[in-house]
Amino acid sequence: MDRRQRLIAYWSDIPMAAAKTSRKITEQNKIQQKLGTLILSEKVREVEAIFILFEGRRRGKMRPILMKGHERPLTFLKYNRDGDLLFSCAKDHTPTVWFADNGERLGTYRGHNGAVWTCDVSRDSTRLLTGSADQTVKLWNVQTGTQLYTFNFGSPARSVEFAIGDKLAVITTDPFMDLTSAIHVKRIAKDQTEQTEESLLVIKGPQGRINRAVWGPLNRTIISAGEDAVIRIWDSETGKLLRESDKESGHKKTITSLTKAADGSHFLSGSLDKSAKLWDARTLTLIKTYGTERPVNAVAMSPLLDHVVLGGGQDASAVTTTDHRAGKFEAKFYDKILQEEIGGVKGHFGPINALAFNPDGKSFSSGGEDGYVRLHHFDPDYFNIKI
Amino acid sequence: MAAEVMLMNEIEATAAQMGIDLNIDFSSIQLPPGENCGIISDDEDVYHDDQLELDSGFGNVIVVDNLPVVPREKFEKLEGVIRKIYGQIGMIKEDGLWMPVDPETKKTLGYCFIEYNTPQEAELAKEKTHGYKLDRAHIFAVNMFDDFDKYMKVPDEWAPPEIKPYTPGENLQKWLADEKARDQFVIRAGTDTEVLWNDARQSKTELVYKRAYWTESFVQWSPMGTYLATVHRQGAAVWGGANTFNRLMRYAHPQVKLIDFSPGEKYLVTYSSHEPSNPRDANRVVINIFDVRTGKVMRDFKGSADEFAIGGAGGVAGVSWPVFRWGGGKEDKYFAKLGKNMISVYETDTFSLIDKKSLKVENVVDFSWSPTDPIIALFVPELGGGNQPARVSLVQIPGKEELRQKNLFSISDCKMYWQSNGEYLAVKADRYTKTKKSTYTGFELFRIKERDIPIEVLELDNKNDKIIAFAWEPKGHRFAVIHGDNPRPDISFYSMRSTHNLGRVSKLATLKGKQANALFWSPGGRFIVLAGLKGFNGQLEFFNVDELETMATAEHFMATDVEWDPTGRYVATSVTSVHEMENGFNIWSFNGKLLYRILKDHFFQFLWRPRPPSFLTPEKEEEIAKNLKKYSKKYEAEDQDVSMLLSEQDREKRRMLKEEWERWVGEWRRAHEEEQLERQMLRDGEASDEEEEYEAKEVEVEEVLDVSEEVISFEE
Repeated sequence: MDRRQRLIAYWSDIPMAAAKTSRKITEQNKIQQKLGTLILSEKVREVEAIFILFEGRRRGKMRPILMKGHERPLTFLKYNRDGDLLFSCAKDHTPTVWFADNGERLGTYRGHNGAVWTCDVSRDSTRLLTGSADQTVKLWNVQTGTQLYTFNFGSPARSVEFAIGDKLAVITTDPFMDLTSAIHVKRIAKDQTEQTEESLLVIKGPQGRINRAVWGPLNRTIISAGEDAVIRIWDSETGKLLRESDKESGHKKTITSLTKAADGSHFLSGSLDKSAKLWDARTLTLIKTYGTERPVNAVAMSPLLDHVVLGGGQDASAVTTTDHRAGKFEAKFYDKILQEEIGGVKGHFGPINALAFNPDGKSFSSGGEDGYVRLHHFDPDYFNIKI
Repeated sequence: MAAEVMLMNEIEATAAQMGIDLNIDFSSIQLPPGENCGIISDDEDVYHDDQLELDSGFGNVIVVDNLPVVPREKFEKLEGVIRKIYGQIGMIKEDGLWMPVDPETKKTLGYCFIEYNTPQEAELAKEKTHGYKLDRAHIFAVNMFDDFDKYMKVPDEWAPPEIKPYTPGENLQKWLADEKARDQFVIRAGTDTEVLWNDARQSKTELVYKRAYWTESFVQWSPMGTYLATVHRQGAAVWGGANTFNRLMRYAHPQVKLIDFSPGEKYLVTYSSHEPSNPRDANRVVINIFDVRTGKVMRDFKGSADEFAIGGAGGVAGVSWPVFRWGGGKEDKYFAKLGKNMISVYETDTFSLIDKKSLKVENVVDFSWSPTDPIIALFVPELGGGNQPARVSLVQIPGKEELRQKNLFSISDCKMYWQSNGEYLAVKADRYTKTKKSTYTGFELFRIKERDIPIEVLELDNKNDKIIAFAWEPKGHRFAVIHGDNPRPDISFYSMRSTHNLGRVSKLATLKGKQANALFWSPGGRFIVLAGLKGFNGQLEFFNVDELETMATAEHFMATDVEWDPTGRYVATSVTSVHEMENGFNIWSFNGKLLYRILKDHFFQFLWRPRPPSFLTPEKEEEIAKNLKKYSKKYEAEDQDVSMLLSEQDREKRRMLKEEWERWVGEWRRAHEEEQLERQMLRDGEASDEEEEYEAKEVEVEEVLDVSEEVISFEE
């Protein structure tokens, strides 16, 4: 028997094994257990080959892969540019990287001493930036998991993002003690030995927490949003405030999340006012509003189709007091242009805190207050949704 | 604070440097709910009245006249007597008793002023002691201090009242003449109250009138839909009009809590309960009955809460509302109140008791009016440990003759359900089993309109089943019962006159294992919604009782309320603010098709505007039902036009949205291309812009794999 035949034999055995077990181990777990042993003996490439076969076998059913690695609620999810790695942050101090296609855990980044709120990965997938409640932002080697540098702040770091070219990073820090919230721009040195703590620019923020700050087109601006429900565009050189979202048409409550389109031309913001809004990144013109039934904690935009996904749910503190269905912990799909709801993906039993689309648009993942990451590969039907 | 000040300065300084205008945006300032900063809507006059009352501030002062005139020696004695009389009624303020003395004779002047802590106490004192006989020569005359001004202003000479020219009023029924024959409803969400058209054909609502802070607690339609009542601190008000909602009348009743219209909407009953100043006393209850059109108080009732609490849910919340139950159809002729060992029946001609006395019934605990006739059904429980059986009686008003009586044995509880035409009365009787350890339920069915009022006993197939709900078919002869102890109870339908069994009750069908705990008949009968509220999370089943078939099953998750529109064409289900999430309402067609869904946070009320009874005779209605095709033709054409227009509009809207989006995408693509070079520089010349866009492009590539020449020989 050659290697390929052996693999196929192995794979065809799996569904039977799963059917036999009466214990509450999901089929997927079972497979992963088997594959776990396989990984030890075979190369990763071959595991992928199995999964391609596996996908083929169960085509037509969108079964999520449940990724249990975090012990506390998820806070953030990020795919790398190639879409083969998924980085997850949680309140349990340990950012984790997973294979984006099969949900296998690749490794963890140990060193933070507080909840990790955010991360970003460089374009070439070599460096990872993480922001934590331990008042540091750390730069990691993606492959080895070693810490390259630590930026220290006087207050928790809430959001980080690499600029185009990965030479700059924007970091936001929370109001803490007598410090106000702030947006910091740091230079990221190509050569680690030259890395310094020095900020190129510090914008002392508006009142309240800034939940998200991202770079505008060509790194010329910084777009920030947070507790005061206002979206602001700042000049990234001078720190001058350029634009503010209109109070009438803008969000009414805390903005929890903000995500840019692949080309950076527009972005989507999600708010506790139970809506998400689509804005032009250059002019801050409000283009679309998506209304939903519960507070929005996380938003994502499909890079492939004109779909947006909103995740959320009622406040975590009220979750245990009601039926799990009442919480509506669904990831809701909307038509980006018509603003109409087109579907939902259920599964989490806590509010959804994080959402991310694979850059190829063929899968997405969600992270919940329940501590799980759910990885969904779309079935072919998804690509034919018509409304 | 210091840090914040620093910050503000800092921002201002930076802003000044950068040339940003940091003016405060006043529209961003949010006021706490209820605060209006002195900006008053068009209720100014109400506030104005209120203001006056507060300004004088003598609402709690009474003047007691006709006191004995006493010299100085007896002053203290008299003061003691007065203090004793008036101290019982309420708390007199410190230094609140002032008896003026003639400076010359040093004698009192025969009157005094008493200041209480609250105006309510003063009112009570006035009521209780006006006409009080201290002795033969001294009969107290008690007045409110504030009333003095009023009486002083009465002109000495009578002037004939000015006769105002007649101005025709607005057509208050105009909503019934809607061209599209739509119905209205009122919703209350957050601070806003809105009256909307249910435009079901277009699956949307259309606003009629909207107002913030319209009411302070709730709104209520009058039974025939003419008025919308709102409740305020100063009293109640009714609104209506041809095209919008104007205030038609106000009914002053401080701190009104509850209101109730008479069925013919001639009268409005208002209720308030006031905390006593002495915590040991019961709450003081004030009930006013107003004439709706003139706003005049026809009768008021005052007393302690105990007097009004008889037969209520059991003294916890006080009275059971409505205290006064209206009877005798839409003529509003009689109203009645349950009292201890009696039922007090009043007539509206005189607003006094019929024959000046109440209907004496020992130990009566419950009664209810027939919805159409002046007949009272009353229930007396078992007494003397079973020696005296429980009984249900039907009493004719105003004659007070007993029409029918039925003794019932081993009764633990009893409930009465009238059919809407007053043809049948169902009495649900819970009886003890022989061991007295458990109860079972049976029904006593009265046929009111038949000679001698025959009574029939109905027991369920399994008589130990618990009854969860009971409902008569409106205007019909059928009823539905939800029964059973399982988590999924059964539902049975019965008829009082099925075709083959006239004059006997017979079972039509039993539906097994339904997720339902409430019954909602269509106002036109025939259709019923079997709803699973609360524990069942909003399961809905739309059932056709004529055909005994389920038309649709659906769910409105967490639904708390179900209400049919007055025509029986649509059903509204809503989730009110008892739940934190999902607030809003759904509109369904009668056969269970979801038409539209509107979400509103802090959703409090959904009420269809009732319609007055139809003027068509039953014969005419039957004729229309028979020749429905003829009548419906015109509407069908209209329906088609609307749906054509709708899909046209829909397409147009989508096209516009798509076009607008295309414009944006074009704009972005152009900007993206323009910036391409700069972006490459930022990436140190790495050019891979195309990859980022992940545009799904189908590219056909023709590749020449192999070229071979072959000589084909033709056979000739």
